[in-house]
Amino acid sequence: MNNMVMFIILSGLILVFSLMTVLTRRILRSAVFLLFVLLATAGLYFMLDYMFLAAVQLTVYAGGIVVLIIFSILLTSHISERAAMAGRWRMIASALVVILGAGVTLYTIYSYAFKPSAETAVPSTMKSIGNQLINYGDNGYALPFEVISVLLLAVMIGAIIVAKKEVK
Amino acid sequence: MAFSIYDFSSFTQSIHEGLSNRLSPAGTLAVEWVIVGIVILLFVAVFGLFLVYAERKVCAFFQQRLGPMRVGPWGLVQTIADFIKLLMKELIQPARADKFLYNLAPFIVIIVTFLAISVIPFAKGLQAFDFDIGVFFVTSITAVGVIGILLAGWSSNNKYSLIGAMRSGAQIISYELSVGLSLITIVILAGTLQLSGIVEAQRAGWFIYRGHIPAIIAFFVFVIAGTAETNRGPFDLAEAESELTAGFHTEYSGIKFAFFFLAEYVNLFIVSAMATTVFLGGWMPLHFGNLEEFNHVMDLIPPVFWFFIKVFFVIFLIMWFKWTFPRLRIDQILTLEWKFLLPINLFNIILMTVIVLMGWHF
Repeated sequence: MNNMVMFIILSGLILVFSLMTVLTRRILRSAVFLLFVLLATAGLYFMLDYMFLAAVQLTVYAGGIVVLIIFSILLTSHISERAAMAGRWRMIASALVVILGAGVTLYTIYSYAFKPSAETAVPSTMKSIGNQLINYGDNGYALPFEVISVLLLAVMIGAIIVAKKEVK
Repeated sequence: MAFSIYDFSSFTQSIHEGLSNRLSPAGTLAVEWVIVGIVILLFVAVFGLFLVYAERKVCAFFQQRLGPMRVGPWGLVQTIADFIKLLMKELIQPARADKFLYNLAPFIVIIVTFLAISVIPFAKGLQAFDFDIGVFFVTSITAVGVIGILLAGWSSNNKYSLIGAMRSGAQIISYELSVGLSLITIVILAGTLQLSGIVEAQRAGWFIYRGHIPAIIAFFVFVIAGTAETNRGPFDLAEAESELTAGFHTEYSGIKFAFFFLAEYVNLFIVSAMATTVFLGGWMPLHFGNLEEFNHVMDLIPPVFWFFIKVFFVIFLIMWFKWTFPRLRIDQILTLEWKFLLPINLFNIILMTVIVLMGWHF
């Protein structure tokens, strides 16, 4: 029961703030509503007792990506700016696309029979996640982990090269 | 049931049982939420006010003054009087500000501090949430706090506020790295992220002693980076009063200004509490190897007092910084982080890993 109430509150927050993110005409408010959506998603993970993923959600999305978005808005836009209203034809076209997309999603969800998994739950403690992440045996994530590390390193070196001043 | 000041778990357990006997599970949960919320709220208000008083006194002594002396004995009631004055002040809003974000920003900043306090172990069993991911949770939740500062600066529609917010944002994002990495150094030694587990692992000796060289380096890096994270002097250029009036909270008045002010001091407490928990043994008493009598006397002092003694030591250290060193420029701040603290930290993590692998720690 408690879980149901929390789920309804959190998913309600996600729905409302997702709508507000796309409906507001002020770009920084839009970013803040997006932050609330991401925080509510972290709340869902907390509700599922998946603490690690919730903290990752907070660090990467709320603390990282939203801060990056807000920083770029701070540097580029003025407080009095408003997004222009779309023309009539564009509104009609986007309404059609939205209805089509929602229809496809709802159809897929309702036509798929969700069966409870027969497998036993894997513990989501920090220790088991850590062991799994660097495990190269069955169901280990060592390879993806290393590939992502190399990718991240390459991106960081690239960023330094782009940001570096020319030596004259 | 016998309550003991040395172990609060029986105390909280009896409250829980008393409530569950009278209420449904959902009701118990709701009442417990409210109790925890009120306790943290009271703690933040009282402790924040006390820290403001302590800061003014420490500052005064460093400058050979007496500090506040008029209101109450040794000026003890001064900050409460200041707070009442702040409560009664008019809330002014700039006409061209983004009203919604302007009013939201102080709440983001203060709520983040509440969330961070909720995981700190004050004594055995005296901890609101004991997460499996304790240390990670604190670093991830403080990362959200910078959003409040950025929003406050931008939505005020004021040049000083915006410049202050940008400086503060760049500074906090940079120093977050050092805070996180210096904590990871100790996590390698502790083998757990859970804060109560980290404290329990220090029963045999505080980590700053057991991890010797790398732990001491990590402690210094953490205190420096923590000072920068809380926007305190000598890293307070985000609100450098001589050039930016008051930085990101220039346009705030009354209770909203008080929120920023209180959050700054509570963040100081959180940094000190984390330093205490991770490096200085949390609520564990001071023990010396074979001195049985000495260790026994130290055990008599309750853990809560040990925790606060250590926290006040770190707070005093950070205040000492503030009133001793001159303010750094923005380029000096970023140089310090990226060219000194970060490489030291990364090297330190490798050193700690080697020490743990070879079993060279105590």
